[in-house]
Amino acid sequence: MRLYFKYMKMIMKSQMQYRASFLLLALGQCLTPFTTFAGLYFMFERFGQLRGWSFYEVALCFAVTQLAFSCAEVFGRGFDVFSSLVISGDFDRLLVRPRSTVVQVFGSRFEFARLGRLLLSAAMLVWAASNIEVDWTLLKMMTLVLMVVSGIVIFLAIFILAASVSFWTVQGLEIANIFTDGGREMTSYPLNIYQKWVKRVFTFVIPFACFNYLPLLYILERDGGGGHPMYALIPLAGFLFLVPCLLVWRVGVRHYRSTGS
Amino acid sequence: MITVEGISKTFLVAKRQSGLGHALKSLFHREYTAVEALQNVSFHIAPGEIVGYIGPNGAGKSTTIKIMSGILVPDRGSCVIKGFTPWEDRVKYVKHIGVVFGQRSQLWWDVPVADSFELLRDIYNVPQAEYKNTMALLTETLDLGNLLQTPVRQLSLGQRMRCEIAASLLHSPSILFLDEPTIGLDAVSKIAVRQFIKTINKEKGVTVILTTHDMNDIEALASRILLIGKGNLLYDGNVQGLRSRFGTKRTITADYHENNRPIDIPGASLLSWTPERAILSVDTEQVMISEAIAKLSAQVELLDVAIDTQPIEDIIVQMYKEYQL
Repeated sequence: MRLYFKYMKMIMKSQMQYRASFLLLALGQCLTPFTTFAGLYFMFERFGQLRGWSFYEVALCFAVTQLAFSCAEVFGRGFDVFSSLVISGDFDRLLVRPRSTVVQVFGSRFEFARLGRLLLSAAMLVWAASNIEVDWTLLKMMTLVLMVVSGIVIFLAIFILAASVSFWTVQGLEIANIFTDGGREMTSYPLNIYQKWVKRVFTFVIPFACFNYLPLLYILERDGGGGHPMYALIPLAGFLFLVPCLLVWRVGVRHYRSTGS
Repeated sequence: MITVEGISKTFLVAKRQSGLGHALKSLFHREYTAVEALQNVSFHIAPGEIVGYIGPNGAGKSTTIKIMSGILVPDRGSCVIKGFTPWEDRVKYVKHIGVVFGQRSQLWWDVPVADSFELLRDIYNVPQAEYKNTMALLTETLDLGNLLQTPVRQLSLGQRMRCEIAASLLHSPSILFLDEPTIGLDAVSKIAVRQFIKTINKEKGVTVILTTHDMNDIEALASRILLIGKGNLLYDGNVQGLRSRFGTKRTITADYHENNRPIDIPGASLLSWTPERAILSVDTEQVMISEAIAKLSAQVELLDVAIDTQPIEDIIVQMYKEYQL
């Protein structure tokens, strides 16, 4: 962990070498979720509600996903761009160092410029949570934190899984974006607006629902078992998703074939 | 210390034909050809040796180094280094080795060299006192003093290579793998690098395995060479042995006072000839070099004579012919 922060410091130093580009990027990144969020706002102004979900409720859902995703992206960017490490053969370098490959890939890249996005999402979360008509008990607040953490873990797990694919082929990686960008857009809204099979896939195959929709039912005390405190613990199930992803990664590392040189 | 036994590695390479039609076709259907990068390679290296690993491009040098440093997993065979199997016990094993890839940097591009070194110290968990000592030694012998505060991207290739080598030695490894450490360096840097490799081998007893295309590296450093071609180990022994077996030809370049009579020396063939200069290829198995020069000076009035040994590439080509590869 200590090493991880050392890596972070190092990359911070490198990125600060190009200050103007850094600031512009941070500003630009800030604007992206802001525009989508504005879209959400205007949609609600027009239609009032979404399948019985009020604006602030959807905003909370939206903010949890955005915050989890931007956190995952700031810290897990190394996996997101991992295929370039494989193509250039620079992964060799990580393998001759006495540390776990996962930690090193994490440490290979940080997108500090995306911190802007992260801050904006966090502000949105606080704003939505304080405007919503919910009695914030301690357990509910813990659930909300757990939701965000679980979301980060799930997105990171998907990044790792997608990165593992590049051990076999460095082509067609765009398909992974269905799950990262697609998953983010999808879970920005309450899952019950979608078809049943969509809900099932995103609960049991990729547990997006575990960090977002299901525990949200508990927080908002909605129907469908929403009142049951077990729902507060569902985000923990999201952590399980990391296990198979790390296993695939390990198999992939053994399959790595480097480049000629 | 290093025992490699019957290592083989095959790569599947996608067959690609040029043209858009084929490119589209290959999206759906691919044909692969198996390239045997290594076939049943075995050798043993004792502690403190400097071994030069040579062979033409694509012979399997890098693949062997990558297997020995735990990057690649071979298809067959075993490799035991310091009691570890590199690809099985990777994390424990790589603490004992240093690896320099001549064509690839291990330093962080945008920050001063010293910062990279400090991060490496943390990665390898080198105790502070030990780090200080090692740094002092490296700074002195590699003359890094002024380079440490410079960002890597501003270093020249020679300066960078010195830093790379230092970086791979921060954790005092007992084995050092150097993959083309002198590639692209000027003469001064090359000599500095060679000198340093000799020093750490002598003083710290570091075992060195280096690949190179520069025969001078080998002659300056390696007491032993391994020659690999098309995945097979062709020769294992010292440089003199290789020369006496395969490098029996010498090239004589002679300048002389104008002379219109063509030169004729038995056992030597004329590569080029003008009234003032002749280049001869002499097979030392048929005629001794001194004899050839004696005959030459009897025929012309010599101004200057240069004798070149056969370059390693020629020797390899000749070996290939011999092995019918």
